[in-house]
Amino acid sequence: MKPKIDIYKCDGCGLCVAVCWQHGLVMIDGVVNFVETVECDWCGQCEAVCIHEAITCPFEIAFD
Amino acid sequence: MVCKLDILKASPYFKGLNPEELEAVSGLAFEKKYERGEMLFLEGEKADAMYFVLSGAVKIFKTSADGKEQILAIIRPMEAFNEVPILNGGINPTSAQAMSTLVVCGMTGADMQLIMRDYCQVAMNIIQVMAKRLRQMISLVEDLSFRQVIGRVAKILLEYAADGAAGARLTQRDMAAMAGTAREVVSRSLKALEDEGAINIDRHRIVIKDRQALEEMVTPAV
Repeated sequence: MKPKIDIYKCDGCGLCVAVCWQHGLVMIDGVVNFVETVECDWCGQCEAVCIHEAITCPFEIAFD
Repeated sequence: MVCKLDILKASPYFKGLNPEELEAVSGLAFEKKYERGEMLFLEGEKADAMYFVLSGAVKIFKTSADGKEQILAIIRPMEAFNEVPILNGGINPTSAQAMSTLVVCGMTGADMQLIMRDYCQVAMNIIQVMAKRLRQMISLVEDLSFRQVIGRVAKILLEYAADGAAGARLTQRDMAAMAGTAREVVSRSLKALEDEGAINIDRHRIVIKDRQALEEMVTPAV
């Protein structure tokens, strides 16, 4: 699983890259991309800082 | 029963005054007796005085549009009430009713203004008491809003898990929009639910461990 990125909403500000403590995000040609080799821990910080809602971390909800 | 002077001496409002000053302040205070059930004042009326309870108890309450009474505080001997409206010249924000035979010591707003003018220590004391109250109110507001949001988040989790719709995934922002709050508050609520053992957050999966606990949060006992 990786965060969902909407490249059409991303304005390349780089805030999500800056807050990702696992260095799971990089900017390529002004658009955020996920580093496939990184295991995202779903902390949601990237989602929290993005004012354009370009990156989201949706949860699946289930009963035990 | 305590006397006027005793209660003024013990009050944080008059801390630091010497015996002569306390005597002078006491001279401005009046005593009044109420029978059980008697109203001291009504919500919405112009506030005329603040009170200290000498004996008995008084309930401070608000009445909702449908007539329901919500008790905000019960004031016991040595405690004060109705200070805020007499300090800002406003109306009574609440009603007060004697819960027993009640004797109060009152101080009019005009007299409190005089006392504050003559004894700046009293004004300083009042600022300290009000600052403390403000902190308590902020804490209460946070607690109330946070608790309500937890209940709403619990409801969302139950609805979406129960729905079982494949592919129905929610971001914290989605949950915030549904719960009518900020994403940060949802984040704290989820953490609190996890700490309480009601859910387990496993990366992108929220697993409901204790359905009953969540249901109780949705409809808290009144």
